[in-house]
Amino acid sequence: MAQPSPSPPRPALGSLALIAVIVAAGAGAFAFTAGWLSPDRITPTKLVDALAPPTGPALGHRRNHAKGICFTGVFEANGNGTQLSRAQVFATGQYPVLGRFNLGTPDPNAPDATVRVRGMGLQLSTPGGEVWRTAMIDLPFFPVATPEAFYELLRNSHSKDPEAMKNFAAAHPEFVAFGDWAKSAPWTASYAEDAFHSLNSFIFTDTSGGEHAVRWSLLPQAQVTSITEADLAKLGPNHLEQDITDRVAKAPQRWTLLVTLANPGDPTADPSKAWPEGRRTVEVGTLVVQKIEAESDGPCRDINFDPTILPSGIKVSDDPFPAARSSAYAKSYDLRTSEAKYYPYQPQTATGAQP
Amino acid sequence: MSSSGKRFTVLQRSLHWLMAACILAMLFIGVGMVSTIMPKYVPLLATHKTLGITILVLALIRLAVRARYGAPALPADLPEPMRLAAHLSHYALYALMIGMPLIGWAMMSAGAYPVVLYGGIRLPAILPQSDELHALLWSAHFYLAFAFFALVLLHLAAALFHALVRRDGVFESMAPVPSRDDAAPAE
Repeated sequence: MAQPSPSPPRPALGSLALIAVIVAAGAGAFAFTAGWLSPDRITPTKLVDALAPPTGPALGHRRNHAKGICFTGVFEANGNGTQLSRAQVFATGQYPVLGRFNLGTPDPNAPDATVRVRGMGLQLSTPGGEVWRTAMIDLPFFPVATPEAFYELLRNSHSKDPEAMKNFAAAHPEFVAFGDWAKSAPWTASYAEDAFHSLNSFIFTDTSGGEHAVRWSLLPQAQVTSITEADLAKLGPNHLEQDITDRVAKAPQRWTLLVTLANPGDPTADPSKAWPEGRRTVEVGTLVVQKIEAESDGPCRDINFDPTILPSGIKVSDDPFPAARSSAYAKSYDLRTSEAKYYPYQPQTATGAQP
Repeated sequence: MSSSGKRFTVLQRSLHWLMAACILAMLFIGVGMVSTIMPKYVPLLATHKTLGITILVLALIRLAVRARYGAPALPADLPEPMRLAAHLSHYALYALMIGMPLIGWAMMSAGAYPVVLYGGIRLPAILPQSDELHALLWSAHFYLAFAFFALVLLHLAAALFHALVRRDGVFESMAPVPSRDDAAPAE
């Protein structure tokens, strides 16, 4: 067939080579972006894998804070928060919450007294469909200053090298404070007596566009009684879940939500540094825990308490942790939802539903 | 009302190149964000969701425009296997342009994640919460993304093959600007 081509036929080899180069460059750029050419990049997968004990992760469970129990209740906003943030959740009123008390361990069966760090995941919902999720722990500051240091901490804590942790602590002086806290902070025998802290700083935006760097804490309204680690162990491996179930069955349990504002120059990007005493604080409301439910059938089980899921009026700050936590939590969530068959849970049929 | 011209309409070419930029950005943002723990993760994720819905809307518009204006005929001398590959790859590209955003949206819904776009736009959930559906849709979103990128590369290679080797006017029919030897004789 005669081609009406104006240009003479030229060797196709050069053109084919050019096409191959362009396609290869595209594939290469994609591989680079995906991190396949950067073995040193800390990916969410690596971070999540580093959380697992040497025996491997508990399939079907959260990769950290794996032991927990669900709750539902309300947040009673007193209106004071509206001066700091236009988020609807601070307007005077009651908003539904769901959450999860948990232990900072990758082992869903760890005895209570073997876990030093306790946490609370919380979701506050407002009528417009906005949700605020936060995952807090009872430590008032984080053990290390950066996500990279946290990854190194996990790797060194599982290392067989006896010098590993010593070397890590030497390179990360901020880590000393965690050791001091772990040794000296009192234990309690109840989740209801624990305070929980955001650790990370966030930015509240008020109605006139003003921005405030804040951290928040939930302070228990229950009488706090300290207990020794040994006495807590004697109460049994699952005392905390039984205790909070019993307490809430008798009466709702309450925490005060306290927002702390940074002064100019306070470290907002480093959760290992507590802000100095005397910072302005605002009590914005009360968390009321009204009902406890076992995790296996509870409303918190399939919730990812990603700290970057925020309502309008709250956003992330220059603190690098929320982003790192968000990407790692998403990975953990993707893993455990795909491992549902390993989770000790029998889906309830319509006939077998609880009354 | 199918186009009897050699080229796609200006509207079709604009949509094609706008979507090319969006889809390439989308695929790179996707693989980039899931492999980082850096602070950019948060804006990348927000951009990914916003761009995904943008692509969905553009793809639906494009499908309607295609139905209205059709496409220039393929060269009569195009071998049958290439003709078949051209048709199949375009069906697959349209399916992915529309399917990927919907799968992503459904995956977020099944995971009980709020879907918030730039500008504070909130989309409703399109599926009930379900770990099984989340796992299924996550796998589909993940593997289809690589299939999508492979198809984009194939599409690019085919376009360049038409432009550089066959020189049969197929590339010019979608070129963003008319080439020198394509000075619209019909006008």
